[in-house]
Amino acid sequence: AAAESSDSEEEDLASYGTALQPLQEGERIKKPVPLQEQTVKDAKGRYQRFHGAFTGGFSAGYFNTVGTKEGWTPSAFVSSRQKRADRTILGPEDFMDEEDLSEFGIAPKDITTTDDFASKAKDRIKEKARQIAGVVAAIPGTTAFDDLIGPSKITVGVELLRKMGWKEGQGIGPRVKRKPRRQKPDPAVKVYGCALPPGLSEGSEDEEDEYQPENVTFAPKDVMPVDLTPKENVHGLGYKGLDPSQALFGASGREHLNLFTGGSEDTSNLLGDLRHSKGRKLGITGQAFGVGALEEEDDDIYATETLSKYDTVLKDEEPGDGLYGWTAPKQYKSKKRSEREVKYIGKILDGFSLASKSSTPSKIYPPPDLPRNYRPVHYFRPVIAAGNENSRLQKALEESTGKLECDTTHQSRHALNASQRGERIGETGLKGPAPSVLEYLSEKDRERLKEVKQASEQQMKAKMLPQQSRNSRFQPASPDDASHKWQMLLGGQLANAGSSDFKPFARDPEKQKRYESFVKSLKQGEKDTLEHYLDPSMTEWERGREQEEFFRAAMFYKSSNSTLSSRFTRAKYEDDVDKVEVPRDQENDLDDKETAVKMKMFGKLTRDKFEWHPEKLLCRRFNVPDPYPDSSIVGLPKVKRDKYSVFNFLTLPEPTTSVTEATNEKIQQNNSLNKSKKPSRWDVSDKEKEKKDSISEFISLARSKADVQQQPPVPAREECGTGPSETLPTEVTNEDKDQEEESRPSMDLFKAIFVSSSDEKSSSSEEESDEEQQPTTLVIDPETTKQADLPDGSSSDIQGKNVAATTDPGISLLPTSKQELDATEEFGPKLPPAFSSGGFPGPSRKEKHRKHREKHKTKREHKQKKEKKKKHKKQKNKGKHKNKKSEKDSSSDTADSSDSLSDTDTPGLSPKELLRR
Amino acid sequence: GSIDSTIRCWDCRSRRPDPVQILDEAKDGVSSVKVSDHEILSGSVDGRVRRYDLRAGQLYSDYVGSPITSVCFSKDGQCALAASLDSTLRLLDKETGELLGEYTGHRSKAYRLDCVLSEQDTHVGSASEDGHVYFWDLVEGSLALSLAVGRGVVQSLSFHPTLPCLLAATEGQVQLWREESFQPQGDAA
Repeated sequence: AAAESSDSEEEDLASYGTALQPLQEGERIKKPVPLQEQTVKDAKGRYQRFHGAFTGGFSAGYFNTVGTKEGWTPSAFVSSRQKRADRTILGPEDFMDEEDLSEFGIAPKDITTTDDFASKAKDRIKEKARQIAGVVAAIPGTTAFDDLIGPSKITVGVELLRKMGWKEGQGIGPRVKRKPRRQKPDPAVKVYGCALPPGLSEGSEDEEDEYQPENVTFAPKDVMPVDLTPKENVHGLGYKGLDPSQALFGASGREHLNLFTGGSEDTSNLLGDLRHSKGRKLGITGQAFGVGALEEEDDDIYATETLSKYDTVLKDEEPGDGLYGWTAPKQYKSKKRSEREVKYIGKILDGFSLASKSSTPSKIYPPPDLPRNYRPVHYFRPVIAAGNENSRLQKALEESTGKLECDTTHQSRHALNASQRGERIGETGLKGPAPSVLEYLSEKDRERLKEVKQASEQQMKAKMLPQQSRNSRFQPASPDDASHKWQMLLGGQLANAGSSDFKPFARDPEKQKRYESFVKSLKQGEKDTLEHYLDPSMTEWERGREQEEFFRAAMFYKSSNSTLSSRFTRAKYEDDVDKVEVPRDQENDLDDKETAVKMKMFGKLTRDKFEWHPEKLLCRRFNVPDPYPDSSIVGLPKVKRDKYSVFNFLTLPEPTTSVTEATNEKIQQNNSLNKSKKPSRWDVSDKEKEKKDSISEFISLARSKADVQQQPPVPAREECGTGPSETLPTEVTNEDKDQEEESRPSMDLFKAIFVSSSDEKSSSSEEESDEEQQPTTLVIDPETTKQADLPDGSSSDIQGKNVAATTDPGISLLPTSKQELDATEEFGPKLPPAFSSGGFPGPSRKEKHRKHREKHKTKREHKQKKEKKKKHKKQKNKGKHKNKKSEKDSSSDTADSSDSLSDTDTPGLSPKELLRR
Repeated sequence: GSIDSTIRCWDCRSRRPDPVQILDEAKDGVSSVKVSDHEILSGSVDGRVRRYDLRAGQLYSDYVGSPITSVCFSKDGQCALAASLDSTLRLLDKETGELLGEYTGHRSKAYRLDCVLSEQDTHVGSASEDGHVYFWDLVEGSLALSLAVGRGVVQSLSFHPTLPCLLAATEGQVQLWREESFQPQGDAA
């Protein structure tokens, strides 16, 4: 009574704030964690301590040591005698945190070329280039020190070359018969400058030419890499810094060099005018250092140039320094050459001579003009059946990819859907309504959906049009504009767009994340932050596009969400879990019970008895002893089972079996209806096509070839699959049985629609394996055979053998061979059987046969498995094929023509031609 | 019993808002729940009568075929009466699930109508969509009485556990029916 009165009192009181969670029985109030016990952890869960805001933030390790609270514990200690701890050499990495090793840590780990593969030290060519660069560098001479200190390491490439007989200083390539002096600059000489004095080298070469022995070959010239170091300094053009070797060793160094060059100007060319400082022994000289008080040779200080240093006559420079082709093409002139050749600017290669007639200049065709609305981006356009309800989805997709107008008229035959193809060949369309999710909605809902959609579309279009006309194609609408526009459009609707169940970009988690944050920000009405969630690494254009995409996705979601979401429920099992909890006992088959009920045989037949564990508390409240005092289970005992194991569903009652049966029946009926149309197995339903993305392309390719030879594409698979049958049930003949098998792919359709539903898995688990293979293997077959045949050029082998196979006893030993051959006959390119004998000279036909057969056998072994599965289908298909032939008009079909081709021998045709057909 | 195909048991003594146990064996909405001293009897739209026996720790599931609208125990606790949408009442043996009797004649196609057993278990009663309340003899199965309660559907029906007294609800009114010999005492209506 007291409690009651207090309750009534409570009701009178006004309450503020949110109430605390009601306490459970026997629960005590938790004390708040005191401040000193609250801890800070980093992302990895390690403790961190604050050092105070002003003294440096976090501390590392344990009080800035590598120890722990327990002290220093060596990790490598192993206590047993037998197992000694192997000594590990600890590197600095062992004391680092993972963050330090990450990309932005203090010791980032990334892939680098090891020394073995890096070209270094002994690569003379590089060396030269580097030295040149070093001389020109801001601090000259650094590379020289590198030389002194650098390890003598030879890269793998150099080592390999050496083993192949290469020597340093030589070029790479076959040895040539040429004048040695010319192609090969003396390796000992470091050539920095441009040219040897013309008279000197010219003369020497001329002399040497005369003593050239005939049978001596030389290594090709070492190619001097063109040094393309950019000018990074602020020196004047052509200024070179000091060569430290000159500066440090002075004249002695120069003399040393001079020894080798034999009085050439090379070194002096390199280092500016050093000739003038001949007399000096030591000290730094150069143009940069101005006039010293101790300088004696005043006249040289400013390096006054005399006219004698300049060329006063235009003459040919002597090539041979290995630098031609780099600065400018130098005229190669020798006295023996004729006048005409002199006119030719540039070097004529040895063994070539100038053409007497100049070739007519090749005509240059200007590139085609790009259409005005061309965008340099390729859009993948998923193939969706246009026409019926799918047009909605298609439209949405097209819009999202930015493709606003579509030209269905120019689509290829295979992009058309079944009904369109049917239209083309003048068939009357099937009457069954197209399958769609919308089908299952009530009339009212559908209309509402349509209205919403139309309204939004019109709105959208109205907004889009002015925008589009303003902006050119190449310039997407500026994001600001777009966002503003969309905001206006969506702002109100999105405000109450609740859950984030809708994941349009689930495949790309990054994008999805961005999308979510985008929606969130949109909901909050933030305009400026819209840009932040976008990937900063993307280009402006991409960003604009993605934003648009997001808007559209949000839009699409909005319009369909509210109406559709109430129609669906969450999946019972998670998709990605293979084990599910399944009640151990299931109420068994309903069919039996139904009949039992009809016969009024209640009792054992209609009763199921399960073990059931009541909750303990429930027992107590019922005042009943717990029947299972020591079990922790509540309810029906459950067992973990494989999600898709057949056994799970064997006991499952009718929904699976009856539904599939019903659909099968429908399919049968429809098929019998469509018998005249002959659904071909090449017609894979469009939805299926969507599923297999890359494969489908391949298939369609193969199909396009096959179709030409086979039947005209006859569709209506889609309609048969799910459309309710309006026809009267007809007799199920043998043919129909076949067709029932045929119609299996439509199960894929179901799968496409109810991917996650476990129902059909159970009923068609065996069929599935077949089905999934069927379309692919079937279609690929001709392709593979073709490919196998093509390379060896004898594309007739299979066909030829087919003819022989009927008579050849050897082949008939193999059980499947016949069928398989039939299959190849059917699917493969039709080739004249006598071709191998007629078209190919050389080995006799028999021999060839044997060879081919061997080849074929191996091939067959590969195929055999597949073939066995499809055996029945093939046989039947073949039969039908024949039927069709008889039915067909002689004029209509290409298949006929190809058949006739295969019957009559046409030895004159080349295999290529045949294949093309 | 809930339309979400579960039966939920709450503990009234504790203040916990969540149920003690959820019985989610039903495949469709649970239309009727009755509780005896150690059992929970439920009828579900999936056409099954389920009886959870707490004492034995067993679940008995009887398939009836048609969606169950109402279930009730007999007073002796031996039988269970189930009304279903095929306009039939079935008396089932609780232990074996055998059919003891079938009662037809009323109309129950769409509404969730109640069925009752009289205080002595002598008669079986059911509401009907034709505005009557039908009573059958339990053993013989013959129609014993049809009370014209109103013109509309008799929405609810309840029998007094010990007295021959029937409550029927139809068209916004509740009617109390007694035997003819009954004399109202005081101002009881």
